[in-house]
Amino acid sequence: MKVAITSTGNSLESTLDSRFGRCSYFVIYDTKTQATEFIPNPNLESVEGAGPASVNLIASRGVKKVVSGEFGTKVKSIFDSLQIQLVVVNDPKKTIAEIIELLEKGKEE
Amino acid sequence: MLITMPRPKRIRKMTNPPHFRGYKPIGLSEESTPVILNYEEYEAIRLSDFELYGQVEAAQIMDVSRPTYARIYESARRKVAQAFVLGKVIVFEGGKVYFDSEWYYCHFCGCYFNHPAKDTEVNACALCGSKNIEQNSDSPEQANTEDICTCPKCGKEKEHTSGIPCQKEICPECKCQMVRKGAPHHHRMRNNNCQ
Repeated sequence: MKVAITSTGNSLESTLDSRFGRCSYFVIYDTKTQATEFIPNPNLESVEGAGPASVNLIASRGVKKVVSGEFGTKVKSIFDSLQIQLVVVNDPKKTIAEIIELLEKGKEE
Repeated sequence: MLITMPRPKRIRKMTNPPHFRGYKPIGLSEESTPVILNYEEYEAIRLSDFELYGQVEAAQIMDVSRPTYARIYESARRKVAQAFVLGKVIVFEGGKVYFDSEWYYCHFCGCYFNHPAKDTEVNACALCGSKNIEQNSDSPEQANTEDICTCPKCGKEKEHTSGIPCQKEICPECKCQMVRKGAPHHHRMRNNNCQ
């Protein structure tokens, strides 16, 4: 299963980006192969509609779960209809590596 | 000839659809025609007879009027009674409903998550897999109740006019596009019109 995580930078040491639509990078993590891919967010500077555009980008990668700090009002209903699960982590200091560790732990249980 | 059209049915809100498909009577050899219990009827029985809400509260939860709720509940009870007496299969199907996915909170890693796949049960945290979770009635983002447009640069406020997006409002002093006060990203919004 693929999981998207919003990141402030392009390394595993970067912290979680608390925004969804205007995060700096999306990390696509594959729990099966343990591969990570960093995608720079093209919607970073948009004034309007960054959330839905980011949803499209993520959904086209076949992601089933999204981890971020917060989600705007427009995106929740889109994610619901696409059957993509949302996870809100209220800790901006968490690094991408720590979140991947939690996901791996969750997979074992 | 007078032609009348019924009013369209209001869409009913479902928060907890069943995670199984129906019921079968024990000890009957021949299959009879099943009773179709709509999702909204299932929800009405759940709210009234399981959660023990009054009709007024239950109607508010399903986002319909009190008389409409009474009709849904009446129909649900008749269908269940019919299935009981005649030994019919009950199948949960159809109905004019929409699903609102609920938020859950994990006590282990402190995250919130929702559960869009409504037909399976939630038993573990989506992130860390912990079983120590609870259903959370509020969305993790606080609902924005004030209707005020604000300038991201100087903080000038203006009452929001319904129907006009805050971005179409221009701050008279710094010519910035305004944003909704308390919007999740309002302090981070940038725009090219700022001087």
